[in-house]
Amino acid sequence: MKRDSRFKERQEGVETVQMTLDGDIMTAQIGDSVAAAILAYSANPSRHTAMGSPRAAYCMMGVCFDCLVEVDGRPNVQGCMTLVREGMVLRRQNGLRPISGVQADD
Amino acid sequence: MTDADLIIIGAGPAGMAAAISASEAGAKVILLDEQQSAGGQIYRNVGSNHDGRSFLGEEYFEGLKLVEALSRSNVKCEFGTTVWRIEDDLRVVWSRDGVSNISSARHVLLATGAQERPAPFPGWELPGVMTAGAAQILMKSSRLLAKDAVLAGSGPLLYLVAVQLIKAGTPPIAIVETQTMKNAFKASRYLPRAMLASKMLAKGMELLRYIRKSGVSRYTSAKDFQAVQNDDGQLTFSFRTRKRVHQLVTPLVLSHQGVVSSTHISRSLGLAHEWNLSQQAFLPIVDKWGRTKNSRIHIAGDGAGIGGARAAIASGRIAVLDMLFQLGKLSDDQRNQSSTADRALLRQSLAIRPFLDALYYPPKEILAPSGETLVCRCEEIGASTIRQTLNQSGLGPRQIKSSTRSGMGPCQGRMCELPIQGILSSCGKKHLLPKVRTPIKPISLGELASLAERPSTKS
Ligand SMILES: Cc1cc2nc3c(=O)[nH]c(=O)nc-3n(C[C@H](O)[C@H](O)[C@H](O)COP(=O)(O)OP(=O)(O)OC[C@H]3O[C@@H](n4cnc5c(N)ncnc54)[C@H](O)[C@@H]3O)c2cc1C
Ligand code: FES
Repeated sequence: MKRDSRFKERQEGVETVQMTLDGDIMTAQIGDSVAAAILAYSANPSRHTAMGSPRAAYCMMGVCFDCLVEVDGRPNVQGCMTLVREGMVLRRQNGLRPISGVQADD
Repeated sequence: MTDADLIIIGAGPAGMAAAISASEAGAKVILLDEQQSAGGQIYRNVGSNHDGRSFLGEEYFEGLKLVEALSRSNVKCEFGTTVWRIEDDLRVVWSRDGVSNISSARHVLLATGAQERPAPFPGWELPGVMTAGAAQILMKSSRLLAKDAVLAGSGPLLYLVAVQLIKAGTPPIAIVETQTMKNAFKASRYLPRAMLASKMLAKGMELLRYIRKSGVSRYTSAKDFQAVQNDDGQLTFSFRTRKRVHQLVTPLVLSHQGVVSSTHISRSLGLAHEWNLSQQAFLPIVDKWGRTKNSRIHIAGDGAGIGGARAAIASGRIAVLDMLFQLGKLSDDQRNQSSTADRALLRQSLAIRPFLDALYYPPKEILAPSGETLVCRCEEIGASTIRQTLNQSGLGPRQIKSSTRSGMGPCQGRMCELPIQGILSSCGKKHLLPKVRTPIKPISLGELASLAERPSTKS
């Protein structure tokens, strides 16, 4: 079930783009990040963790990685650092996706 | 041959001011920022907000001057570019749209600013809990206004966001503040010095007056934050004040506990850092020019210690003078003399910091969480697990990392490092600088491979 956004509905008058989120049509404003567009669209989680807990964007500035989303088939994209584009195909990620190139262990 | 005299990472006030003054002095400058336009955190998106978002306040629009001066300058700006590695020979590796490139320079200035301090409490990972800064980013970049939010925590930014929301016509339902009378008492001894920055003090008072006048409920000395998700997706946010336990139902809890320097880049370079007690964070060690132990790498702005926008501007320009000196474009005397005005500005802007640091010192339970509170959001590890691991074997942060996996997720420790440091020190252990490896942001293997095939790519 789609829940209403936690944010106030925005005025129109800004150019919009259409995308899909898990197959549903989602409208966003030009200049939105993917994470902002998802927050404006609904209050639902934008992903689930490996242990199944719901998450949504937290910091909006590229720090927390809770906004990870699949964009046009590419997994683990930071939604808050990616601008929306007409026709983008977004999918929420459920569970863990391997993150390549992270070598934070020592 | 290098691509530039100076590569600056970060187009906030520090990076912009530095870029403009270096380029005016005839230096060839490349400015890289992962945002889509100049501004940094405080002036985010200011160049495109001509649509009367006056609720953001005059101070925000002051950023236009810098952004416009930057666009008139000869600085080569590359936006949407994330720097993920800097090599010792000052080759800067950056990624844009899934493709990596390398630019080289004779000098590098790190102006990568700050992030909000991770503020763990039970439920901080739930959808609907965000940072106050995140809500502000949504106002600046997407005209999204938080509806009926609860602002929770402490610090000047909490009040600023409250006022911005009130002016925008979407006031928060409450401001829940963790600071106590004890904080105020401790801070009072720094008040005389803070008077040097009387304008900034006055601005802060003005924010408080505005909030008071607006009638938004304020709770102080609040503790024991907890957020629980209701069936309808709303949150029940509970906390305790001296008198009793309170519960507020809200779609959004906007939490904030001040900002801390971002040090992933400076740490990945192996530069020296030390624990700063009043800021409760690691800071890179720099001299009065912002110079690190690698004389060709400088750090300016909030990335070298929290000072705010005016201090960032001054420190950016001061660092440039030292680079011009090293490049032979200024004599020692010229460098010193040219820095006088900015040193005064820096001193004045920093005068208020000890007062603010003491007044808004984060509460113990946020600095060193316990119980089931998640510490590592990526790997979903609670404080009690970290405490147990620590007690069992007397381990340091590195071992905590390998035995619990905390810090090994995609955020690479940006959210859990400080709470782990807090837990360590609450157990009487010494702070130990966590290592940072490159890439400092996840890069796909394909991208790494294609970079390896083109080692000498020019920007
Ligand atoms: C979310 C947030 C909101 C804030 N809002 C305010 C406010 O409204 N008013 C106020 O007075 N202060 C605010 N601050 C405090 C702020 O830190 C300073 O006032 C000021 O912005 C510091 O300037 P700076 O130039 O040092 O860094 P910043 O303004 O933070 O700029 C740093 C820049 O570096 C870029 N960057 C970082 N890492 C990389 C990388 N690896 N590759 C490429 N680019 C990178 C970032 O995208 C950013 O644009 C805020 C802080 C935060 C974290
Ligand atoms: S919301 Fe934190 S990284 Fe995107």
